[in-house]
Amino acid sequence: MRNDSDILIVGGGLNGPVLALALARAGFGVTVIDSTSRDTRAAPDFDGRSYALALASCRLLRALGLWDKLAPHAEPMLEIKVTDGRAGEGPSPWMLHFDHAEIEEGPMGHMVEDRHLRAALLDAMDASPAITHLAGETVVTQDVAGPRVLLSLASGQQVKGSLLVGADGRGSGTAERAGIGRTGWGYDQTAIVCAVAHEKPHGGIAHQFFMPSGPLAILPLTENRCSIVWSETDSRAAEIMALDDAGFLDALRPAFGSFLGEISLTGARFTYPLGLTLADRFVDDRLALVGDAAHGVHPIAGQGLNAGLRDVAALVDVLTDARRRGEDPGSAAALARYQQWRRFDTASLAVATDLFNRLFSNDNPILRAARDLGIGAVNATPSLRRTFMREAAGLTGDLPRLMRG
Amino acid sequence: MQTATNTIDDAEIAKFEAMAAEWWDLEGKFKPLHMLNPCRLDYITSQIAAEFARDLDASAPFEGLRILDIGCGGGLLCEPMARLGATVVGVDAAPRNIPVAQVHAEQMGLTIDYRVGTAEALAEAGEQFDVVLNMEVVEHVADPLGYLTACQQLLKPGGLHICSTINRNPKSFAMAIVGAEWVMRWLPKGTHEFAKFITPDELFDLLQKAGLDPVDRKGFQFNPISWTWRISDRDLTVNYVTAATKP
Repeated sequence: MRNDSDILIVGGGLNGPVLALALARAGFGVTVIDSTSRDTRAAPDFDGRSYALALASCRLLRALGLWDKLAPHAEPMLEIKVTDGRAGEGPSPWMLHFDHAEIEEGPMGHMVEDRHLRAALLDAMDASPAITHLAGETVVTQDVAGPRVLLSLASGQQVKGSLLVGADGRGSGTAERAGIGRTGWGYDQTAIVCAVAHEKPHGGIAHQFFMPSGPLAILPLTENRCSIVWSETDSRAAEIMALDDAGFLDALRPAFGSFLGEISLTGARFTYPLGLTLADRFVDDRLALVGDAAHGVHPIAGQGLNAGLRDVAALVDVLTDARRRGEDPGSAAALARYQQWRRFDTASLAVATDLFNRLFSNDNPILRAARDLGIGAVNATPSLRRTFMREAAGLTGDLPRLMRG
Repeated sequence: MQTATNTIDDAEIAKFEAMAAEWWDLEGKFKPLHMLNPCRLDYITSQIAAEFARDLDASAPFEGLRILDIGCGGGLLCEPMARLGATVVGVDAAPRNIPVAQVHAEQMGLTIDYRVGTAEALAEAGEQFDVVLNMEVVEHVADPLGYLTACQQLLKPGGLHICSTINRNPKSFAMAIVGAEWVMRWLPKGTHEFAKFITPDELFDLLQKAGLDPVDRKGFQFNPISWTWRISDRDLTVNYVTAATKP
C-alpha cells in the first residue's frame, strides 16, 4: 500500500535532509524540495555557521551512517567556560566551568561546520534510492485531498504524498500556506559569525562571554581554529561588519582576549539577525513542522539545531510506529503524538533562551550581581553542573530511539 | 426520476460522510476509542506478526491473511489491517455503521468488505478467516459461550482469535462505569452492564470451552497523567486482551 513518495519534505537545509535520510532508512519513500539550487548549497561559503552538536545529535548522525564522514571535521567539546564579562575589563571572577570528565557519556558534543554537514548530507541523499531531491524548486500551492497532500511546484511539476513536512526555516512558507500563525519578536541583535585561526591550542574548550550588548561564543573547531558567534546590537553589528578584516580583528580582540595568542580570519564573515519565532501549532492537516519552521530560538545556548534534530528523530519514531501498526502516518492521530512530544520541550527552550538573553545581554548592576550569584551557585554545586551538562548534551527527557545510541 | 435518485443518494452520502467524520474525529464522541486504538493495534499487529511469522517493517506484511473484525464500527481496526496488506471483512450488527465505514475506506483509498451481520450468521454461512478480531464485544452479548463458539468456527485451523473486554471487580466498576460513563461521559450511561464483565480466568475458560487454545493475555492500562494507554504484562484489572489459537 506504500506510495513511492510517502513523505514530502520542504526545505533542504540541515533538518530536512536528516529527516529524509532517517525516513528512507525506515523504509519510507521521500521527496525533498529545496528552493536553493544544489550548486549554491554545495559552495563552501554558502553558510559560515558551525554547530555545537549535542551528544544526542551525534548519535542520530551516527545511526544514519554520516558520522564516519563527519568525524575528521568534528572537534570534541571537552569543557565549557561561561564568564560574565564587560569589554575592556576582562572576565568577572565568577565563572561557570563544565568539564566532560564529570559525566560518564564523554564529550558534551562536537563542533562541526555547516559546510561539512551539508556536503555529507547532499552526498548521502544522492546515494539513497528512496530519496528524490528536487533542488532549486519552490512550492506554489499545497492542498490536501483525502489521504493525499498535493504540491504544485514553480516548474509546473506536481508531487503527491501522505504527509508534508515543513523544514523550511524561520519564515516557513509551508506553515504560512497552511495558515499557521507565529508568535515571536526580534532581539535587535545580530550574530556575526566567522572562523578564526589562533596561535595556541584551544584544548577543546568552548568559551561563552556574556557582554552587555550580547554574548560572544568562542567554539573550538578542528586544528587551531575557533568559530566565533558574536552577538551585538543591530547598529553596532553593522558598524563592525563595515570594517575591513584588520579593523574587524581590532574590534574583536578586546572581547576575545589574548588567551589563544594572535588571531586571524580564515574566511568570510557572516551575519544572522536574531529573533524568537514559535509556530502556533506544529501540525495541521497532513502537515508537520520541524526545526526553525516550528521554533527559531536565540543561539545563546547553542541548542537550535539540536532541538530541530530532536524533532526529526521524534517524528521518525512517531511515523515508524504508526506505519508498523497500520495507521495512516499522515493522520491527525499520528501527528498529534508528534506535537505532544515536541511542543512543550521546544516552547520551554524558547522561553529559557529568551530569558537567558534578557538576563545577560544588559549592564544593569542588579541583574549583573544576580546572575553572577547564579553562576557561582551552579558552579559550586556538582549535581547542578552535571544536570546542566546532561541537558546540553541532549540526554534528558524522552529520547527518540535514534538518539539513544 | 434519475435526478431525484441522485439527489437522494447525494444527501445520503453527505450524511454518511458526516458520520464518518464523526467516527474519525479524535476529539469527538469516539475519543475514548481513539485513545485506546494505538495500544490495541500494537497488541493485534504484534500477535499476528508472531503467529504468522510476518515482519512489520516489511511492505504489506499481512498480505495473504484474511481478517475479520467483529463490531467494526467506523473501521478503526479494519483500515489499519487493510493498510498492512490483509484482506479485511468488517461486520457490524448496527446497519447504519456500514455505509459510514464504506465511505471512509473509499476516501482513504482502501478496499474493505463491510457487511451488516453477526459472527453467528457468518459462521453459519461457512466463512473462514486466518484472524478474528473480537474487540470490546463479548461484554455486550447475551450468550458469551455461544458467541465465542461462532468465532472459533470462523477460524481456519491454526487461526488466531484476539479478544479484549473488561474485567469484573470493584476497580473496573469504578473505572469503566463510574469513571467512563458517569464522570467523564466518554460513553453513554448504560453502555456497560457490570454483571456482564468477565474476569480473565473466566474468559480463558470460555475460550477453551469454545474450542480455542488461549496463548496470551495482557492488560490495557490507562495513565491518567499522560492520558495514554499502554500494554501491561501484569495489570489486567480493568481493560485486558487475550490471544487464542484454533488447534
